[in-house]
Amino acid sequence: MIPSDKVLTEEGIGPAHKGRILLIACGALAREIVDLKEANGWTHLDLTCLPAKYHLWPEKITEAVTEAVEKHRDSYDEIFVVYADCGTGGGLEARCAELGVNMIPGPHCYSFFEGNDTFAAREEFTAFYLTDFLVRQFDAFVWKPMGLDRHPELRDMYFGNYEKLVYQAQTDDPALDAKAEDCAKRLGLAYERRFTGYGDLKTELAKL
Amino acid sequence: MADEEEIILSELDDEELVLQMHDDLYDGLKEEIEEGVRILLDRGWAPYDVLTKALVAGMTIVGADFRDGILFVPEVLLAANAMKAGMAILKPLLAETGAPKVGKMVIGTVKGDIHDIGKNLVGMMMEGAGFEVVDIGINNPVENYIAALEREEADILGMSALLTTTMPYMKVVIDTMKEKGMRDDYIVLVGGAPLNEEFGKAIGADAYCRDAAVAVQTAKDFISRKHNKLAAG
Repeated sequence: MIPSDKVLTEEGIGPAHKGRILLIACGALAREIVDLKEANGWTHLDLTCLPAKYHLWPEKITEAVTEAVEKHRDSYDEIFVVYADCGTGGGLEARCAELGVNMIPGPHCYSFFEGNDTFAAREEFTAFYLTDFLVRQFDAFVWKPMGLDRHPELRDMYFGNYEKLVYQAQTDDPALDAKAEDCAKRLGLAYERRFTGYGDLKTELAKL
Repeated sequence: MADEEEIILSELDDEELVLQMHDDLYDGLKEEIEEGVRILLDRGWAPYDVLTKALVAGMTIVGADFRDGILFVPEVLLAANAMKAGMAILKPLLAETGAPKVGKMVIGTVKGDIHDIGKNLVGMMMEGAGFEVVDIGINNPVENYIAALEREEADILGMSALLTTTMPYMKVVIDTMKEKGMRDDYIVLVGGAPLNEEFGKAIGADAYCRDAAVAVQTAKDFISRKHNKLAAG
């Protein structure tokens, strides 16, 4: 059973202590990983998620991942970190190397959902990306932390250089599509839905 | 009946007004800041004094509280908007009255990066500290930086990036400056959320600046060292 998005954002989830490989993941990826585990019968993978809200302060991610690795490493054969760089400026990758654990490659989840190579080739730097999780949590991750609920006049300072919002859909869900389109409207951006599925997330987890 | 008594800015003495402007800046009250600036100018204040004592001093408090986690990005942006409005009144007057010029900076975000909030804050605070700032905007290839540095005869190059994928481009710019034999003619400052001091050193920048206040102080230190060196030489 997957906890609510609010729990994934604020608290994260602990491991079930079943499986020989522990995935230490961002809460924003919990549903997708559980879905992949179930669809592929990956019973050897256990999952713990750190609060997705750490993305609002990327400097917290490296330390939180380190703490989780140290806490759980004796209980598993292997640990795999399911965070991309996520704004840590290479800090998380360096720390994972020090800790002797592997992590999913890529600058952020928008990149590995689409496939890192495809994403890089687009050079689409005036696009603002939302995933399934971020569409559902748009107010908690974008609208409120940026103060747009209280000060809509800040929109231009944040988004004046963006041209479109790309909703990278992991699943086919018309309700999320409609919500994403509404997010684009609220930000004053053009809208594009792009189905990505799980991209490199699936490929990388399949290697474990 | 209102909970708080309305403050009439024009009825405050200079000292009270400046303190009130610090509060208004903190609260991001653009119109009040514009009014305060006009009142001080009407009272015969030099534009440079209005800038430094009312606006820059107020924004310094905002910057310190942001650094300490008391204020967050939206509040800083509102304050910056208010300060920008005040500076818009002062800028033409500063040029007329010959306010001191500390140095000249070319600043822009690197190729592939459109995130300019940090760059804009640094530019504004540098102007407030008496630097002339030439803002070359967003998404700059190396040619833009080189051309602007040469054209403007600048002292400082400021580069900003928000993305892990774009920050390595700063090294491309610095390496090109080395190839052209012009690297040592400029002070190179870099900044942006995913950067750190180690990265700044690794790419050959003079300094990494974690926020606008640090950028201003670092720029002042390097400029004064440059002047000392010239005086000694």
